[in-house]
Order: sequence, then C-alpha cells, then structure tokens
Amino acid sequence: MEDNLLLDAIERYRNSEMSAEEKVFFEELRKNNPEIDQLVAEHNFFLGELDKMSDLKAYRQSLVEIESKLVNEGVISQKEMRGKAKISYLWGRYRRTIGVAASIAGIVSISTATIVSSYTEKKNVAAITPLVDNKLQKMEHKINQIESKMNVASTIVVVPAKPKFEANFRATGFLADGKGYIITNAHVVNNARNLIVENQKGEQFYAKAVYANKTTDLAILKIVDTSFHKLSGLPYTFSKSATELGEHIFTLGYPREEVVYGEGYLSAKSGYFGDTTSYQVSISVNPGNSGGPVVNKNGEIIGIISSKETNADGVVFAIKSKNIYNALKEVIEKDTIKLPVTNTLKGLDRVQQIKKLEDFVYMVKGN
Amino acid sequence: MNIYAQEKKLLDAVAANDRAVIESIYRENFPPIQAFVLKNNGFADDAKDIFQEAMIVLFEKAKLDSFVLTCQIKTYLYSVSRRLWLKKLQRENRHYPGIEMLLETVPVEDEIEVHEKNNADLTIMEKALLKIGEPCKSILEAFYIQKKSMPEIAETFGYTNADNAKTQKYKCLGRLKKTFFLQYKNGE
Repeated sequence: MEDNLLLDAIERYRNSEMSAEEKVFFEELRKNNPEIDQLVAEHNFFLGELDKMSDLKAYRQSLVEIESKLVNEGVISQKEMRGKAKISYLWGRYRRTIGVAASIAGIVSISTATIVSSYTEKKNVAAITPLVDNKLQKMEHKINQIESKMNVASTIVVVPAKPKFEANFRATGFLADGKGYIITNAHVVNNARNLIVENQKGEQFYAKAVYANKTTDLAILKIVDTSFHKLSGLPYTFSKSATELGEHIFTLGYPREEVVYGEGYLSAKSGYFGDTTSYQVSISVNPGNSGGPVVNKNGEIIGIISSKETNADGVVFAIKSKNIYNALKEVIEKDTIKLPVTNTLKGLDRVQQIKKLEDFVYMVKGN
Repeated sequence: MNIYAQEKKLLDAVAANDRAVIESIYRENFPPIQAFVLKNNGFADDAKDIFQEAMIVLFEKAKLDSFVLTCQIKTYLYSVSRRLWLKKLQRENRHYPGIEMLLETVPVEDEIEVHEKNNADLTIMEKALLKIGEPCKSILEAFYIQKKSMPEIAETFGYTNADNAKTQKYKCLGRLKKTFFLQYKNGE
C-alpha cells in the first residue's frame, strides 16, 4: 500500500500536479533517503519509456492515416507503372535472372521428362478433404429452432429469424465489395439449391452464386436480399506479391455457429501435389472453415482456406489471392466489382485487427 | 539562420504530432525517396515502409531536447531513407545497383543506431505487456498509452470506483515494471 502511495506521488510529481509544499517535502524526502531516490529515478525512467511508446503509437497512427489519404488522392502511386513502362522496367531489372532461369529451365525440363516417364505408374491417391461442415448436428438445429421460436414469442425481436429451410452444410466467406459480393469456395456452393449468408451479428441474407469455377475452387456469391444495406470501409486489401515461407498468418471462420479465430504460418509456396495456385499453410482448421480469408500481419488477404490433407496433421491448403483477380474479370462483365484499396489494418495489434475484420466475414449456409 | 529557424518550427510540430505539418512533409519528401528505392531494386511498398521509418527517426530526433538541426529536413529524411534502404538490401542479401539521385546527403549512421536501440526497447516493453496478460495489459494501455482518465477506465473495466481501479493499476504496473527490467537488464 505504501508503495502505491509512493508511485502515486512520483506520477503526480512528473505531471506537476503537486502543490508547492508537497513538492518541497517530496524533494526533501528524496534527498535524505537514497533508497527512495533510486526508486524514483528508476520509476521515472520506466514511465518515460511508456510515454515514448504512447507518443510513438499516436504518431504511427497519423503516418498510416496520412499515407492512405495520399494513396487515395493518387499522390502516392498505389502500384508501380503500367503498360510498356512497367515491362521495360521489369526487363531491365530481371534481365540477368531471366537468362539464368531460362537455361536452367531447359535442363530441368529434359531431366524431369525422363524422371516423370519412369515414375508415372505411381498414381497419387486423392486424399484431401474440403472443409465444409456437412454434419450440422441435429442438436444445433433444435437449439436454433427453439431460439427462433423464442425470438418470435418475445416482443423485442432484435434479429429477424429467417431460416425457412434447414441448412445441411456450413462454410465461410468474406466480402470482396461492400455491395454484397462474397468470396468463398466453389465446392461450398456446388449442388446447393438455396444459399444463405449470416454475419456475426446473426443477420441472415439470401445469396446466389454468380460465379463458380471447379478448377480454381473459387466462387463468388452475391447477396440478393433487399434487407442488405451496402457496407463501406472494408479494412483489408488483397495481396498481389508472393508471400514468404514462415510468414505469420491468421484466419477467421465458422467451424461452429460462432466465429472462430485461428493462427499459423505459411509452410509451402505450393499446394497439394505441387499445385502452384495454392499455398500450404499450417493452421488449425475444421470443417466449416472453407472459404475463410487467410490474412497476413499487415492485414492483406493472401489466400482462401480450401482443404486439408486427410491423412496428415496440420497440412492445410489455401488458394492464392491472385486467382481472385481472374475470377473477378469474368464477373465484372456483368457488374462492376471494386476491390478495396485502402488497408486500415496495418500497424494495429491483432485484437484490433480481428475486431475490424470480423464484421466482413460471413457464414455461408445452404441445402 | 532563417531557414533553420523555420525548419525548427516544423520539427516542433512533428514532435507534437501535428497532422497538417506531417502531411505537408509527406507530400514534399516522399517522391524523391520513392524514386530512389524504385531505382535501387525496390517496390512501391518498400518505399512506403522505408519512408515511414525515416519519419519515425525524424520524430525521435525532434523529441530530444538536445537536438540541433544541422541540415534541412529534406536532406535529413533523404539521407536516413537511403541508409535504411541500403541496410535492408544488405541484410536480405539483395543486389544493390548503386544508382544515386544527385541529392545532398549527411552522415546518419549514429542516428540509425539510436533508432535501432529505441526499437529494441520498445519491443521489450511490448513483450512485457503481452506477458502480464489481461486485464492488466488493457488497463495499463488505456491509462498510459491511450491516456484515458481513471474514472473512465473504472467504468470500462467494471470497477466500482476510480480508487479501486487505481489500486489495480498500480498492482499491474508493478508486475509490468518487474518483467520489463528483467528483460531490459538482460539485454544490456
């Protein structure tokens, strides 16, 4: 208790909240008592460090906000040059590498052809599981039904209960455009007659698939519900550059009726059996995580969770975000989709990032 | 003399986290630095990161009472950014084409060393904060980092009054201090 009094006194002294007498008394105390003097000096230094941290955080926030403002105004170029300028720039830069790569490629292709032809008998047995939760338990349904009945019964209905059909699978998706375009996996929406998406507040909207490609396993849904209002301020951007091995990543998804956070790292730059359109990540996921965003520490989406290897632990595959651009090109012909360009997650700590992100991650259900 | 007095005023504004001034410095100084990074084996994102770090070096310097400005802010920022970028290329073992921009530079090695030490200290503090856990972390951050008042904190964290919250705060502060100094002295 006495310690607290002393600490309190030091803080008031620092912030010059002491009366003149008190100040004299305090300085006297320090002079006559070397032990206290040392404690004061130590605490002063410590508080100084905390102050520095506080100032720096505020300043960093200003910098990040100014940067995104200038990017929006076009003062800072978002991406490098386009067209011819870019090609000649890239050529100038990678000329040597390309030369070396081309000659290596020649040698490698000949040798792999030989090796492959001698090993072709060994077939690879498909052993990956898509991460869609097909076993929505009866119990959960019962609870939901009871809950929705109770909602109807009580006079204050906050969330309009909408499930008129029984969903038999559950997965995850996230917004690509505040107008209601949601990205998820193609295997999620295949064979689905009805689709519903639900945000973490529990609001449900009808959606339909406007794009599904089995090869890339990407699908784009559009919310077609009139009760959906356009959202703005998507906090993330989509990464265009390659991600490095060992980079820390995280995901949000709906393996349960509640949003679940998982974190891990990038473990390989290719996916199942050398598939270069996906990454291998080490992250704990379960049926229902399919379609969830894979986000790096700067808040850029680097991929979409798609499947995991059945017979191995912690081997999960995520489709690279680059593929989204191709998918969008096909949808754009019908409607304009604008991917978010301003990243407001950069520099925030994880808890804040999740808070901002979770409003844009949806549960996808259907039958 | 006149130019430096003007620049000193700008620096004081930077130290006080004055948005308008920081923005004008940003607008004026970013383009040459971006050009330098792009020409020397870097991407637009690298340029942004390097510039932000240079702005932080400037901020740390502006905060020091002992700081005397010996060149223009423009020269200073360019020198720091250039040095930081070369260091990064070297650390990552990347090729440095050695293209210069014909701008004046001043030696900034020492400043960058100080900046790295500051960064290390900050990391120790951040780690210590993580180590003490919740609710301590949030209470201390609310008071010392976000500078919220004690009654406000008492309300957010559900304490009956500000005094109770204060007692808790000091308990937490004691733990943080212990963890911090343990690391800090080890690092020395």
